[in-house]
Amino acid sequence: MTAGPGVTAGPGVTAGLGVTAGPGMTAGLGMTHVLRAIVEPGFLGNGPVRVALLAGGVVALVSGVVGMFTVLRGQAFAGHALADVGATGGSGAFLLGVNPLWGFVGIGVVAAGVMEIIGIRRPRGRDVATGIVLGAGLGLAALFLYWGTTFTNTTGATISVLFGSMFVISGSTVPVIIVFSLLALGVVVLLYRPLLLSSVSTEMAAVRGVAVRITGVLYLLAMAVAVSLAALTIGAILSTALLVGPAATALRLTSKTGLAMLWSGLIGVAATWLGILLAYDSFYWPPVRHGWPVSFFVVTLVFVFYLLAQLPPVGRVSGARARRARDGR
Amino acid sequence: MFSGFMVNTWTVATIVAVVAGMVGFFIVLRGSSFVADAVPQGAFAGAAGASLIGVSTLVGLAVFSLIGALGIGWLGRRSRPDVATALALVVMLGLGALFLSMSTEYAPEIYSLLFGEVLGVSSSEVAPVAALGAVCVAAIITLYRPLMLASVMPQLAEARGVRSYRVQMCFLVVVALATSMAVPVVGALLIFSLMIGPPAAARSFTTKPLLAMALCAVIALATVWVAIAASYISNWPVGFFVGALGAVCYGTGRAWTAWLRTRAVRSNARPLAA
Repeated sequence: MTAGPGVTAGPGVTAGLGVTAGPGMTAGLGMTHVLRAIVEPGFLGNGPVRVALLAGGVVALVSGVVGMFTVLRGQAFAGHALADVGATGGSGAFLLGVNPLWGFVGIGVVAAGVMEIIGIRRPRGRDVATGIVLGAGLGLAALFLYWGTTFTNTTGATISVLFGSMFVISGSTVPVIIVFSLLALGVVVLLYRPLLLSSVSTEMAAVRGVAVRITGVLYLLAMAVAVSLAALTIGAILSTALLVGPAATALRLTSKTGLAMLWSGLIGVAATWLGILLAYDSFYWPPVRHGWPVSFFVVTLVFVFYLLAQLPPVGRVSGARARRARDGR
Repeated sequence: MFSGFMVNTWTVATIVAVVAGMVGFFIVLRGSSFVADAVPQGAFAGAAGASLIGVSTLVGLAVFSLIGALGIGWLGRRSRPDVATALALVVMLGLGALFLSMSTEYAPEIYSLLFGEVLGVSSSEVAPVAALGAVCVAAIITLYRPLMLASVMPQLAEARGVRSYRVQMCFLVVVALATSMAVPVVGALLIFSLMIGPPAAARSFTTKPLLAMALCAVIALATVWVAIAASYISNWPVGFFVGALGAVCYGTGRAWTAWLRTRAVRSNARPLAA
């Protein structure tokens, strides 16, 4: 297996591991030992790692913020479908030899458009419509990957498209990632109030003069961009984790939407950075000494955070009960 | 196309299609497409894990799809169902990524697990698939009344003494079983199309539940047979044809409904004009 899902060891990583603690780290030996146990030497001085930290952080922040409304609007399936369909774009881009980011974003926008046209906004039949787009998209992904492996003789594409390749993001992609991130963030920030209103009650929003349909379409597009970016870092079929997980966690922590949005972004960034750190450390872990995949760590951390947030807060159990009663669960 | 080694493929695919059609009918009725998508994808991780520790793929698929389905049911009771489904799914897929990175499996095998490999069905796979299929069909028949009631009128079902949580859990187990038998043939990503496409079409043609369920099975059979034949001829992945035909089914259903509606409008309009 040439390129596993954790293409953890980029070219620079192996070099970086050999470097011992820099001159600045001689001071405070005790502390350094502790630090070195957690952070493998050369972690921050490593090119691919720094790109991964930057790109992964930005993407996680955007996914978290955008994902807040995904959870509020009950569109987790749509988000997941957009992410999965991203695999079609990724494999198509691989086939054409262009940067996968363009494939992810392009197909995401197209899929969002199709979902809107065939009626994702009606509650009845919405999940079937989403599912049909997803199924057709995945069918195309199968075809593209088949062509890709047949015509180009490389087999790593299936895995790197589906499970991401955080450590092989090229530095030149970062500005594009940031531009798209700002776009998605801009839509959500500008539409914050109408989105919130139409998420809580469509009728009330319509009465208040919110263009519910256009708001919905714009949000769907923002979501497509956010999951496309996440597809680049933790993989097309795992990007749902960053979209839904931090937001659902944040909504358990606070009921203030704005604050939850902030928390959601921060939780996403924390999970991603910790995940990258653990993946880097795992280079020396058994059973195979080529590093565990970043995506695994990020997803697991997101889930652990979510489970922790499910616990009733100490000393405020009655408050939690009251909240659950109010939510009708 | 019907030579010796293809006989197994046709047999298994036929069983898979009938079961997927029947289960799919209830999936669409209950609006749980996301679950039908999440369970097979999560089960894929089980297949990867099974190959890592060297047990049968079917065991890995069954264990993971059951854990996934029950996890979705359990988490879904405590939070929003779609969020619970999404999280259960990604956790299993994350494990899948880990297993894949540890195993020495070649990429084509992973690809066939994800997107299906109909030509590689061995005769030893037929018996377990047939057994699982029979269990699924029997479960659907046994559960038919409470499941129908709980899906269509949840309040009435509760009043009649149907425990909707238990029915939901039983149904999830059936989905898990159907998944684990279907994944080796049509692939983790495409069993979903087979469960959604035919029912979406069938319910546009009839409102009678039993007829719709039979129609689901028939359409699913047609989809799978055409997909296998096309895949055999073109050598393209069977998943592509299943996905495309699923969309065609849905489109046909939508067009049929639209045509019925315009006809109804026209026949209503005529007496007015006269």
